[in-house]
Amino acid sequence: MLSKRIIPCLDVAHGRVVKGVQFVDIIDAGDPVEAAIKYDEQGADELTFLDIRASHENRDTLYHMVSEVAEHVFMPLTVGGGVKALKDIEGLLHAGADKISINTAAIFNPDLVKEAAERFGSSTIVVAVDAKRVGDALNGHWECFTHGGRKPTGLNAVEWAKRMSDDGAGEILLTSMDADGTKHGYDIPLTRAVSEAVSSNVVASGGVGTLEHLAEGLRDGKADAVLAASIFHFGTFSIAESKQYLAAQGIPVRLTA
Amino acid sequence: MTKLALIDYGMGNLHSVAKALEKSGASVDLVQDAAALQHYDRMVLPGVGAFRDCISALKKTGLDVAIEHQIRQGMPFLGICLGMQALMSQSYEFACYDGLNIISGDVKPFPESHPKRGFKLPHMGWNDVVFSSERDIHPVLAPLQGKQVYYVHSLYCVPEKPEHILAASSYGDYPFACAIGRENILAVQFHPEKSQQAGLAMLKSFVEWKP
Repeated sequence: MLSKRIIPCLDVAHGRVVKGVQFVDIIDAGDPVEAAIKYDEQGADELTFLDIRASHENRDTLYHMVSEVAEHVFMPLTVGGGVKALKDIEGLLHAGADKISINTAAIFNPDLVKEAAERFGSSTIVVAVDAKRVGDALNGHWECFTHGGRKPTGLNAVEWAKRMSDDGAGEILLTSMDADGTKHGYDIPLTRAVSEAVSSNVVASGGVGTLEHLAEGLRDGKADAVLAASIFHFGTFSIAESKQYLAAQGIPVRLTA
Repeated sequence: MTKLALIDYGMGNLHSVAKALEKSGASVDLVQDAAALQHYDRMVLPGVGAFRDCISALKKTGLDVAIEHQIRQGMPFLGICLGMQALMSQSYEFACYDGLNIISGDVKPFPESHPKRGFKLPHMGWNDVVFSSERDIHPVLAPLQGKQVYYVHSLYCVPEKPEHILAASSYGDYPFACAIGRENILAVQFHPEKSQQAGLAMLKSFVEWKP
């Protein structure tokens, strides 16, 4: 049976691992290669690197970091941050990434995802959707935000995710901007709405504080994978502990130990 | 040290496959030139992307003929993902396209109804490798017993002869061949180069395999 995936996320800036709280305060959390090796040993199913300070000046730093990581761990690597054009995708794939996450550029250039999926294959293209609730729980909806949650777009997040999936994105990396950094759990109604609307894989992100939150994202949010950063970075829980907990809840996971 | 040709037909990134094969004990060269293939001890055909582009790139470079020739000469062959699908007679990705026809059978997409039933496409993630209890486990695949491996695909191989199926997996109640082969040919749907220790152990046994 296909296992639900547990994905540690490493936010990186200038080649170092960092973790922000609601995308603002940045705390340095270490060396990307060391972190990748630690997660590999713990049995992580995949790794995601998001460059939160991406710019053209530090592109080479990111490529170098990805190729260093790819030489040390043999598992799927997703890389995102500042991906604007097909040549950025190509550069990251050549550095050793398996999947490329596109966020802002997909919104400003809606053909990018279709072109990228045709050229590199759906399985390599991830669209990151950063969603924030607009209005109240009864009459509201979720809207897409860009620039690390600072700029509203007017796009309905569920409809946008469906369009990106139809355009060929193999995976939707769905982050609740409301939940991110709170440790109060994923936005389950958002996660479920997107999971039920799209045909591609959905990775739930933002808000994990406990192991039960991971179970909620997979069971109640119907996500195919769950992503978390700080609970793994700061050693609150290991990947192995998370998987044992999920297995005990009857959720299919890959136990490596 | 075994000299391994990693066949480079200009599609996708071969970095991970090359590094994983080196880690498994091979000396790896990217080979684009059909005439160079004969100088190696074994070959790997990797691949991500579209079936039609893969076959046309292999034909344009003459690599299709060189691969077939070396297979007939007994050189151990490993196909990975699209490199497995390329071996089949034809693929039904978008339309019907001819493959290399080294193993007879078809390549078919998972049904479009899969996502509605909660089985998202592509089939992406860690899934089983199931061996038949009625035959011996292929020596190269032996390290995968009881392990899960990493898959990323929307199409799967349906070999005409059941004896060519070496292992199976299943997705959304659809069983599919995850490893096929005969004699010196072995091909897998999953990505050993992305399957951590289990995948590296399989690659090591391919590097040491004497069919």
